[in-house]
Amino acid sequence: MTLLATESLTKTYGGRVTALADLTVSVEPGIIGLVGANGAGKSTLIKILLGLLAPTSGRVSVLGLDPTTEPAAVRARVGYMPEHDALPPDLSAAELVTHLGRISGLPRTVARERASEALRHVGLHEERHRAVGGYSTGMKQRVKLAQALVHDPDLLLLDEPTNGLDPAGRDAMLALINRIGTEFGISVVVCSHLLGEVERICDTLVAIDGGRLLRADRISAMTTATDVLAVEVSEGTDELAARLAALDLPVSREGRLLLVPLADDATYDLIIGAVAELDLPLHRLDQRRHRVAELFATREPSHV
Amino acid sequence: MSEPTGVIHDIGYQRYTGPRLGRRHVFGALYLHGLRTAFGLGRSAKAKIFPWLVMGIVLIVAAGLTAVRTQTGQVVMTYAQFADAMSWLVIFFVAVVGPELVSRDLHSGVLPLYFSRPLPRGDYALAKLGSLATALWLLLGAPQLVMFLGAAFTTKDGLGGVWDELLDLLPGLLYAALWAVVFASVGLLIASLTGKRAFAAGGIVAVFLMTAPIVGILSIMPSRTVNELAMLGSPTALIHAVGQYTLGDLLVPGGQTEDQIGGFGPLYVAVAALLVAGCVALLLLRYRKVAAR
Repeated sequence: MTLLATESLTKTYGGRVTALADLTVSVEPGIIGLVGANGAGKSTLIKILLGLLAPTSGRVSVLGLDPTTEPAAVRARVGYMPEHDALPPDLSAAELVTHLGRISGLPRTVARERASEALRHVGLHEERHRAVGGYSTGMKQRVKLAQALVHDPDLLLLDEPTNGLDPAGRDAMLALINRIGTEFGISVVVCSHLLGEVERICDTLVAIDGGRLLRADRISAMTTATDVLAVEVSEGTDELAARLAALDLPVSREGRLLLVPLADDATYDLIIGAVAELDLPLHRLDQRRHRVAELFATREPSHV
Repeated sequence: MSEPTGVIHDIGYQRYTGPRLGRRHVFGALYLHGLRTAFGLGRSAKAKIFPWLVMGIVLIVAAGLTAVRTQTGQVVMTYAQFADAMSWLVIFFVAVVGPELVSRDLHSGVLPLYFSRPLPRGDYALAKLGSLATALWLLLGAPQLVMFLGAAFTTKDGLGGVWDELLDLLPGLLYAALWAVVFASVGLLIASLTGKRAFAAGGIVAVFLMTAPIVGILSIMPSRTVNELAMLGSPTALIHAVGQYTLGDLLVPGGQTEDQIGGFGPLYVAVAALLVAGCVALLLLRYRKVAAR
């Protein structure tokens, strides 16, 4: 089943500002990281997914439903955690989450039970009966997450959930999101401008820039495909490069290093064989695991 | 040997498979929440002070009127006149409670949490409007009920006397409903324009009080027609004019009704209806914009 799909999705504001341009992407259930710089169009995309904004053109589907024509049906199955402050300071977390649960259509007693459950899952216990105004930023973020969870959605849309948190708070929030995605069985879309953060917990990454799709793929596909072997010899680098090229290995140079994409274990043998044949002093041979960030760093210029 | 009691077992996350209620129930939940908010229920003690102070004043006034009537037999105020006499309190009540209902939500940014749920935007505005109108109607209706009970239990004409009182009370409650609807729609529209409660309260008081001099000026102009139309100048006067036309001497004893509004009664009714409809339409329009942000 496809979780989200867009087809040539375009959104322009007032005909001039383009927030999304011809975005076509399709993702499977799981934990999805939606990354891009500020202003890349992440929030606009989320609002379109919720049916709060109408796209200028193109098609969109969420959980198999079209949010432009059936917004209520989509929103009943989606939980949304906004980026900015969204909590009235004078209500307690328990009252607020209960009330919002009722607005999602839960009966009164169920709303109360599920509200305290949701607050417990995000790690708020006795303090849930205090007014939200006195909470720390980390606690407020947890309340925002709990209200998105109270009506048991099939999909959570989290807009910058780690905003304003200290490193420990970020780790706790990411661990919580990971738990929701894996143990609770709820798909999660995490918006962030910090790639390093979301890549730790996501199984799929969607990167957008200037409203355009940079790349969308499963993390596993992104990292394995780009593992490379770095070879360094004390002398004779050029000879080795020529020899490796003759062996049909797509070798590239980076300073004193030779980089060879790792296809399988045979690649090791080929390189070692070549080095031995040329009788070169091998300085190092190791596997380099590209971080996802580097993928985008090298890809981005081609789209600008 | 005893098992430790009070241990909370983590039973993990539970999916919900029970019923999800429809639009009508959600609307009702929001409406009731608003009505409770209006009277500070489920909120801090501070939030309860003002609404219950106002409610206390009107109830005490009603009890006083009832006492005077049972002691002296003099009807100081009819049920309908009671609403007119309390107009200042109604204005201040709207100025405090209206912003409490909508400006607070604008200010705290809670609206995205509402509008990301199946709740249609218009339903939010209409539920809040219903809450405020109901709160106002209760504010004006509860004292009338006190007056009615006082009169009914002390009547010397038996059941017939109670029936007569009831026939006086019902138009009074309807008139209170007119007050409630007009003040709620105008007040809530103004409050929905700003997230700052102080500004909203000031705006509401300004609109209701500053328009009163317009009526004063128009009513002394040297033209009978202008004088008769003067009460279109402010919402308070407009309500009073509609009351004069429909209730007659229940509101203005002595039958001087014709002097003030002439033959323009139906016009006043139409303008009042248009005012309410216009304010509701603008309110709905306002929330269409807000939600898209």
